[in-house]
Amino acid sequence: MTDTSFAYVRDEMLDEQPAPATSTGVIGWMKANLFSDIPNTIMTIVGVVFLYWFIPPIFNFLVTHAVFPWSVENTIDACRTEEAGACWIYVVDRFNFFIYGFYPAEEYWRVNICFLLGAVTLVPLLWPDLPYKGLSAIGFFVVLPVATFFLLNGGGFTGLAEVPTEKWGGLTITLIIATVGIVASLPIGIVLALGRRSHMPFVKYVCIAFIELWRAVPLITVLFMASIMLPLFLPEGTSIDKLLRALVGVSLFSAAYMAEVVRGGLQALPKGQYEAADALGLNYFKSMYLIILPQALKHSIPGIVNNFISLFKDTSLVSIVGLFDLLNTVQATTAQVEWKSPHQATTGYLFAAAMFWIFCFGMSRYSMYMERRLDTGHKE
Amino acid sequence: MSEVEASDIKADRSKMHVSDTDVAIEINSMNKWYGDFHVLKDINLKVMKGERIVIAGPSGSGKSTLIRCINRLEEHQQGEIIVDGIELTNDLKRIDEVRREVGMVFQHFNLFPHLTIMENCTLAPMWVRGIPKAEAEATAMEYLEKVKIPEQADKFPGQLSGGQQQRVAIARSLCMNPNIMLFDEPTSALDPEMIKEVLEVMVNLAETGMTMLCVTHEMGFARQVANRVIFMDQGQIIEQNDPDNFFDNPQHERTKLFLSQILH
Repeated sequence: MTDTSFAYVRDEMLDEQPAPATSTGVIGWMKANLFSDIPNTIMTIVGVVFLYWFIPPIFNFLVTHAVFPWSVENTIDACRTEEAGACWIYVVDRFNFFIYGFYPAEEYWRVNICFLLGAVTLVPLLWPDLPYKGLSAIGFFVVLPVATFFLLNGGGFTGLAEVPTEKWGGLTITLIIATVGIVASLPIGIVLALGRRSHMPFVKYVCIAFIELWRAVPLITVLFMASIMLPLFLPEGTSIDKLLRALVGVSLFSAAYMAEVVRGGLQALPKGQYEAADALGLNYFKSMYLIILPQALKHSIPGIVNNFISLFKDTSLVSIVGLFDLLNTVQATTAQVEWKSPHQATTGYLFAAAMFWIFCFGMSRYSMYMERRLDTGHKE
Repeated sequence: MSEVEASDIKADRSKMHVSDTDVAIEINSMNKWYGDFHVLKDINLKVMKGERIVIAGPSGSGKSTLIRCINRLEEHQQGEIIVDGIELTNDLKRIDEVRREVGMVFQHFNLFPHLTIMENCTLAPMWVRGIPKAEAEATAMEYLEKVKIPEQADKFPGQLSGGQQQRVAIARSLCMNPNIMLFDEPTSALDPEMIKEVLEVMVNLAETGMTMLCVTHEMGFARQVANRVIFMDQGQIIEQNDPDNFFDNPQHERTKLFLSQILH
């Protein structure tokens, strides 16, 4: 049989042709993403209509009708008119209170130095390409907390006027609680997660008991316990600072959640990784430090950052034990008579929400950046 | 089974020397259970330095479990295992000592995906043996050249093919300068054309006089390289012999059945 009609041999290779214009560029993108089929087109139209209805009023409230310090009419009377939008002059006026709480105005520079020191030590730690990681770590984890405490508290050998923690407040205290909570809860959580997987029954059950106890209790209860119940159990006369109690409570509470996130990462690792580390003669601590945790923590980044963000927002709960965090300072001014106006509270809360959003969104973006950077292209 | 025939494997047996006096591994009346399941039954095995032993058998016969007992990835309940003069007990120090001297290659390579090829190879020498970084890297490069992939040193395992990864895994074990190498089905997860490149590396290793225990289905490799083939079934050693007699003149019914199924 020589007459095979499907036999074919190519005798000329084809040149590459440019893609048709309708599949590239702006038109190509819109065709592929906005108008690919009828349901997609309907969704696009609904989305545009939705934006058209909602964006202008919001923009008008926040900007066009809002009262800024640089507006022509920039007194409280402008905020009290019928068509007035957000009353930003009230936020600007109370801004220092939102940031520093009751901290004495002439001592604000001490808080500012702490903010600056925090930024200066944190940036080199988070920026992977910068050298001297060890030095920055010492700066952030050792120098910063010690310096912050002595600078903010003053008194004693520092020669600064003493400012007790009851006077600390606003964004300052929010950042202190969030930072301490984040920095303390991750290592405690890792230890708890490893402990929960231990073969030693005592270690294992202590860790399980700790995690399950803290996870089963609302943070509000923890804070109440720490500030009202705890002093009853301590010998008379001993008093632990209210802020310190909140710090410990928030850290341990968050550590219990962190432990479970990290445990999830540990369980996702194939058994072969543990065996390979064992077979090479690495002992438990070295294999955890060098092989297991770097991978498990990388897998857990979304969960860990989720916890960080939720912890950051939960700091606002410390207001119920009488600490003046950012939200509480805002709330305290929403009823101030001198700024009485229809949108006083709305503007204040919008400001608080924006502040929280900036920090939480920043953490979220940074974690996505780290995930991409640590991706070595493996899928086990 | 495999596409690799005995004739594809060029091995120089004159370079492989078995010691008459030095014992590498001694296993006496060893038993192991998984819960109530008796997985290894009365194993007795003496391995001299320089031996190349291939362990064959149907799946579930306990062959992997046996070699995993030798570096204590699995714990035995009865009998004794003496590796390089060290008896394996619950003493963690002894286990670490044995693991330092025994290299292991796994079916699924088990490279550390978060580290580069070079870091995979230098990690244990630096952290377990305390060798300085520069020296560890020089040794690693030497072994990566021997397994023919020095140019991949800065890549991550995920960027390599299966055969390349397995060769890195062999180099990683060799960097610890072990006296004994264990291979747990090193080619079972590989495509046919990659099996050959891994077997070549294993042949070269055998020619250096390394003591090797290989669980494998590569009967061509067994015929050309092994000095002893052990056949296991149902947790027991059924038959052992030199490769020529094992393949050409099997004695036990089970061995005959097994060989008729895997050889064509």
